[in-house]
Amino acid sequence: MAERERRLTPPRGGVFVPRVQVLSHEDVQRALTRIGHEIVERNHGLDDVILVGLQTGGVPLAFRIASVLEEIEGSAVPVGLLDVAFYRDDIGIRPVLPEAVTEIPSDLAGQLVVLVDDVLFTGRTVRAALNALADYGRARAVQLAVMVDRGHRELPIRPDYVGKNMPTRIDEQVDVSLEGVVLGDVVAR
Amino acid sequence: MSRTDARTPTARRAPGGRVRDGHAGPEDGPLVVPEPEERARAARERRHLLSVGDLGVEGIADVLRVSDSFVEVGRRAIPKVPALRGRTVVMVFAEESTRTRLSFETAAKRLSADVMSFSWATSSTKKGESLRDTVETVAAMGVDAFVVRHPSAGAPAAVARWVDASVVNAGDGWHEHPTQALLDCYTIRQALAERAGRAPEETGVECFAGLRVAVVGDVRHSRVARSGVLALSALGARVTLVAPGSLVPPSLAGWPPVSLSYDLDAVLPDVDVCYLLRLQTERGAGAFLPSVREYSAHYGLTARRARLLPEDAIVMHPGPMNRGIEIADDVADLPRSVVLRQVANGVAVRMAVLFMLLGAGAPGPDAATASTAGPDAGPVPAVDPLGGDGA
Repeated sequence: MAERERRLTPPRGGVFVPRVQVLSHEDVQRALTRIGHEIVERNHGLDDVILVGLQTGGVPLAFRIASVLEEIEGSAVPVGLLDVAFYRDDIGIRPVLPEAVTEIPSDLAGQLVVLVDDVLFTGRTVRAALNALADYGRARAVQLAVMVDRGHRELPIRPDYVGKNMPTRIDEQVDVSLEGVVLGDVVAR
Repeated sequence: MSRTDARTPTARRAPGGRVRDGHAGPEDGPLVVPEPEERARAARERRHLLSVGDLGVEGIADVLRVSDSFVEVGRRAIPKVPALRGRTVVMVFAEESTRTRLSFETAAKRLSADVMSFSWATSSTKKGESLRDTVETVAAMGVDAFVVRHPSAGAPAAVARWVDASVVNAGDGWHEHPTQALLDCYTIRQALAERAGRAPEETGVECFAGLRVAVVGDVRHSRVARSGVLALSALGARVTLVAPGSLVPPSLAGWPPVSLSYDLDAVLPDVDVCYLLRLQTERGAGAFLPSVREYSAHYGLTARRARLLPEDAIVMHPGPMNRGIEIADDVADLPRSVVLRQVANGVAVRMAVLFMLLGAGAPGPDAATASTAGPDAGPVPAVDPLGGDGA
């Protein structure tokens, strides 16, 4: 959730200064197409698969993967939207406000949930998302797809589908959108 | 891989240092602060909710936005989130109340906070203990928030000065009832969104601009009216107070600009929202009227009057309703009456208020550490972070 991180990272506010374009628009599309194929391959089809995009950065990626999956298998895959603000472990430590309303289309009991986020960093957002998902039913399995894995995990969490493994410094910022992946810094001005 | 920056470790750490320094001193000059961040910071600085006027348009818009998320929580099979785990909320209700107290308790419990509640009638205040001693005693037990209702205006503000905890005004005398105003705004926005065929979360506070609201009845004794008019006027609604002369506040100084009318029948055809107030006989409203029957005849919303309302106007009431006095029995149950929706939304809005006071904003004990750390508030490692590939 680079977008969200950028907005909420202390110094709260600041300017994102892009340094390197790591992936182009086309690269991102190719990565999402590959992830789509990997999801189909890994799960032997799309039975009971539901994509859940994490607000806000994972949402456009989830919809893009959904359309890839539809092209591959010919059937629509449900997409849910999840905001993990109420499940974060840093509530009260730094400002946490929900960015958007959560929308899970169905009971998740027995479903195979593929969480989609833009950047996997410390893993705390994913931890919060796993707790949140549990409130919507007992999923058969949860898998994790991320556009960028930037390292620096603080929890034992690993992605199942990765667009790009990208070693970073801890004070860098990664900006992910469908237009590309950019590495830069947040600098106070 | 993007190891394009072959700088020295010292140089590499420099941006981080700058970032932290920038945060340490607000005197460093204005940051380019993205909007949501600024709002979150405003929330951080906001420790109490004493008057809806303190929130401003942005603050009210924030509460409505966060309430949308909590309405979604309320729709779930398990309508509970762990957001305020380990926080303690105390209900101090020095004036009888069922709905507000239960609504706050439900809200706190759905946020996983611990709720303490004591009965004023059997507490030590009956033995002569002052409000100050009572709340200070309870605060000493380790409390994060007080929800205060009191018959005296200003009591919650006084409590806020005495204790370190957050204080939420749940109604003080004739003064204010901010959460009621917020839940009323939420309910109006919800109704307007439905009318426009949109989801509430897609409807901004612009929908209040030019909205015609009639606030009818015992305005003089009503904290609901004062808070409601403050909030609605701030959002751009045009409010008309409709009341017999004796139940209009003796002075409208300090009120936002409102119109005043003594003729309900003349006002009703031109309103979007008809907000009925309860005749507060316990505050002596009866003494201001020749008779309750006469009041009812002139200012009660009867079935005949309800037909004067425009097709899509809604009828609101803060409860508890005096059926047959300010609202006729059959009108209270009409589809355009959103009274029960107000109650339902009340829980979500109070969850939003508690979350924003205790969760979103409140700096925790290690806020200083967190403020220098990475996005997920982890500690800054001393090792060269370039080594972490992670996958």
